[in-house]
Amino acid sequence: MSEKKAKLARQFIGAIPHSRALEMRIDDVLAGRATLSLPYNERFIGDPETGVLHGGVVTALLDTAMGTAVVSHPQSMGGTATIDLRIDYMRAATPGQRITARAECYRVTRSVAFVRATAYDEGEEPVASAAGAFTVEGSRP
Amino acid sequence: MKQPEPVQVIKQRRDAALAQLVDDIPYNQFLGVVFERRGDELTATLPYNEALVGNPILPALHGGAVGAFLEIAAQIELAWSIYWPQFEAGATGPRAMPKTIDFTIDYLRSGLPRDAYARAVVNRSGRRYASVHVEAWQDNRQKLFAQATGHFLMPRQEG
Repeated sequence: MSEKKAKLARQFIGAIPHSRALEMRIDDVLAGRATLSLPYNERFIGDPETGVLHGGVVTALLDTAMGTAVVSHPQSMGGTATIDLRIDYMRAATPGQRITARAECYRVTRSVAFVRATAYDEGEEPVASAAGAFTVEGSRP
Repeated sequence: MKQPEPVQVIKQRRDAALAQLVDDIPYNQFLGVVFERRGDELTATLPYNEALVGNPILPALHGGAVGAFLEIAAQIELAWSIYWPQFEAGATGPRAMPKTIDFTIDYLRSGLPRDAYARAVVNRSGRRYASVHVEAWQDNRQKLFAQATGHFLMPRQEG
């Protein structure tokens, strides 16, 4: 069952054009937890002086990781959409490094999934953290 | 008495300053975000393209792309308001951008596969911090499909 969910989650992200455009990769997904990453790319720079990636790239990665965590959750029956998302940017991502987002769907009700996520570059300290509410589809009678 | 500047000179100077602010940032160009200006009022446009889709079945725009678009609209509006007096005084060249501290996005309806527009308002701009609200719509200005509020760290300014 969990392997089926994981496969579904992989298909979920593989079919998303924007995730492909940002070269996102699923590193790990299992039962409400997902780890996704993307490479450093000069086209994603937000600060030309330092070469630091744009916050929007980190937002897109966090959002996708969180959505993947939702669809991989045992209580989720189908797709999902973001209702609300808050991102805190703690520090600039180091230029040249891969960005990895780890998301956890920690609570699912009949209609809403609650998710948190953290983004890292190749260092120890987090780059950004996120909290969000997502739709739960197909489970409501 | 000093003659006012010819209108074309003013327009050209303002448009050039805005273009530099926006196009200096590679990610703005990657997403395809463009800005229209009327006086000092800005409207951001995210022209639709397939690479922005997050749900190919509906289809709907990716929440991350929408969030990034709103963040760009908010950041450029804030920078524009900070540097407007300098641009009006004839200053040119690259400018340090405000940095996002946090950004909260409210997804009101799914983004349709067509162009999206956004306008931001600087609600508070202090010496160190600023708070910016941004609204986005598609076909109907009255029906927002997303809105966001973000806090920014003001760029250090010489002098």
